[in-house]
Amino acid sequence: MKRTLFRNQWLPWLLLAPQLAITFVFFLWPAAQAVRQSFLRQDAFGINTSFVGLANFRALWNSPEYLNSLQVTAVFAVLVTVLSMGLSLLLAVALDRMIRSASLYTTLLVWPYAVAPAVAGILWWFIFNPTIGIMPYVLEGIGYDWNHISSKSDALILVVIASAWKQISYNFLFFVAGLQSIPASLREAAAIDGAGPVRRFFDITLPLLSPTTFFLLVVNIVYAMFDTFAVIDATTEGGPAQATNILVYKVYFDGFVGQNLGSSAAQSVILMGIVIALTAIQFRYVEKKVAY
Amino acid sequence: MASITLDKVGKIYAGGTRAVGDVSIDIADGEFIVLVGPSGCGKSTLLRMVAGLEAISEGTVRIGNRVVNDIEPADRDIAMVFQNYALYPHMSVRQNLAYGLKNRRTPRAEIERRVAQAAAILQIGPFLDRKPRALSGGQRQRVAMGRAIVREPAAFLFDEPLSNLDAKLRVTMRLEIKELQRRLRTTSIYVTHDQLEAMTLADRLVVLNAGRIEQIGTPLEVYRKPASTFVAGFIGSPAMNLISSRAVPHLPAAAQAGTIGIRPEDLSVAPDGPLEMEVLAVEELGAQRLVHGQTGGERLTVAMPSDAPLSDTLRLTYRPGSLHLFHPETGRRID
Ligand SMILES: Nc1ncnc2c1ncn2[C@@H]1O[C@H](COP(=O)(O)OP(=O)(O)OP(=O)(O)O)[C@@H](O)[C@H]1O
Ligand SMILES: [Mg+2]
Repeated sequence: MKRTLFRNQWLPWLLLAPQLAITFVFFLWPAAQAVRQSFLRQDAFGINTSFVGLANFRALWNSPEYLNSLQVTAVFAVLVTVLSMGLSLLLAVALDRMIRSASLYTTLLVWPYAVAPAVAGILWWFIFNPTIGIMPYVLEGIGYDWNHISSKSDALILVVIASAWKQISYNFLFFVAGLQSIPASLREAAAIDGAGPVRRFFDITLPLLSPTTFFLLVVNIVYAMFDTFAVIDATTEGGPAQATNILVYKVYFDGFVGQNLGSSAAQSVILMGIVIALTAIQFRYVEKKVAY
Repeated sequence: MASITLDKVGKIYAGGTRAVGDVSIDIADGEFIVLVGPSGCGKSTLLRMVAGLEAISEGTVRIGNRVVNDIEPADRDIAMVFQNYALYPHMSVRQNLAYGLKNRRTPRAEIERRVAQAAAILQIGPFLDRKPRALSGGQRQRVAMGRAIVREPAAFLFDEPLSNLDAKLRVTMRLEIKELQRRLRTTSIYVTHDQLEAMTLADRLVVLNAGRIEQIGTPLEVYRKPASTFVAGFIGSPAMNLISSRAVPHLPAAAQAGTIGIRPEDLSVAPDGPLEMEVLAVEELGAQRLVHGQTGGERLTVAMPSDAPLSDTLRLTYRPGSLHLFHPETGRRID
């Protein structure tokens, strides 16, 4: 590694300044504001603001809507993570087998990731639209009456698929890289040792892939919880009957639409706490526990 | 225990590259065969076809009495030692050894007995509960061997198993492999590009060049009577001098041969010798001295005792009967 020494004390800070400024203006400052807001309450007209301590948090704890949102988020995050990781692993293993003609296949699978999440959401909204979409038509053909506007489970399925789909190519790339780093001779040795393809996958490939899997697990949970806002906003807007109102969407809805800034801020503080916890887990365990 | 028979075996890779062609070898039960040749000559390909890791494009491979062309690697009753050892990094040494037996539903007590026995033979007992990454290169090498011997297979296949070790360890492990094979009497095919390793290990050598067999024979046969200029230049260190007969027209054999081969150790200084060499460089090896020079425009190397007198030009003679003659066009040996 090459090390550069700066004679001038100011130059490094000057070079860092734009990045630091952006971090401060768009991240640290709003975060501090959110923490401050979460201890305040505004009246209906936004004129009087008073300090209320932990009242906003207590209110959340007693709100059935918030608890429902927590539950929806958990179910949603698990489903998205399992679906997108499962599918990407399947695709990655398929690719790994025919790796010689890989370039085209890999490129094709990367493009959904490049599509902005909102576009992805709208795309899925169109595909699944009860009146004009192709999927309801197909589903009706096999006797299923699709309607994500009135059916809670259909709505959840829609947002799960739309969110998982966007994440597949990202997971896929990591899984392919992970699989590629497993020497072929290990699988060959296992084949000679009498392990069939399925056995080899579970005894050799999967354990050796565990660092990648764990990393993706955390990334996908974080994604499902925080990065799916645009997908929800473009498809179900949290409905019907709160069925897809995940935490991050509720923050937005309560804050900007409901104008309940105190509660919204308290919710974002909780979310921040969850992100920090997940990141900490990531850093603590990704190298220690999972490495072989 | 089994014999292995290769009959006109060939390999054409998907891209159309021919890696191996027309290889026929009869390997007797318990024999130690070494496949040797330069990089890219198809040694690994041939071995992997015997192992079942590579489809056989042409010909047949028999292990025992069974044609194995369409039989899975697991069912060929062979064990392989890989160049990078291919130990399962997430399993302990014990689990590495036991994995093949477990997959074959060997009873627990039997697995334990065999693992203990292999550990004793290879002196890896103290490491049984370690992971491979906590072992040195030589220890990993032993574990890889252990994984092969616990299976008690009909044949061992080795693909350059020593090339990741340092020079000194390579010599020790070479001896150990030889002793182990003597003791177990398991038919073995061993791939290497190191001619010294090949000479010391083999019951019989198979010299490969560009996917084809140049010569099969015991190490001494191949050394004493190389079948072609390729073998002559490949086997033996320092390499045999290969001189165009035009450079030495006064030698008795020069008339019929295109190339004349003389081993450096068959040349010696003699005041009235038939060859005159202009000395260009001298290498001191301790017991021996290698003198490089030229005669009639051709490079020549002489191995001589380190106390032999040196001068700018040397007159040389050769041991009677030590000239190897090769055909001018085919490069094959003329006797
Ligand atoms: N999977 C493959 N597809 C196409 N060609 C291949 C493949 N594997 C090997 N070859 C080619 O086949 C030839 C023989 O390769 P092989 O690996 O058997 O050589 P080798 O004698 O083992 O060499 P080395 O001593 O370097 O290991 C080479 O020319 C190589 O490029
Ligand atoms: Mg090779």
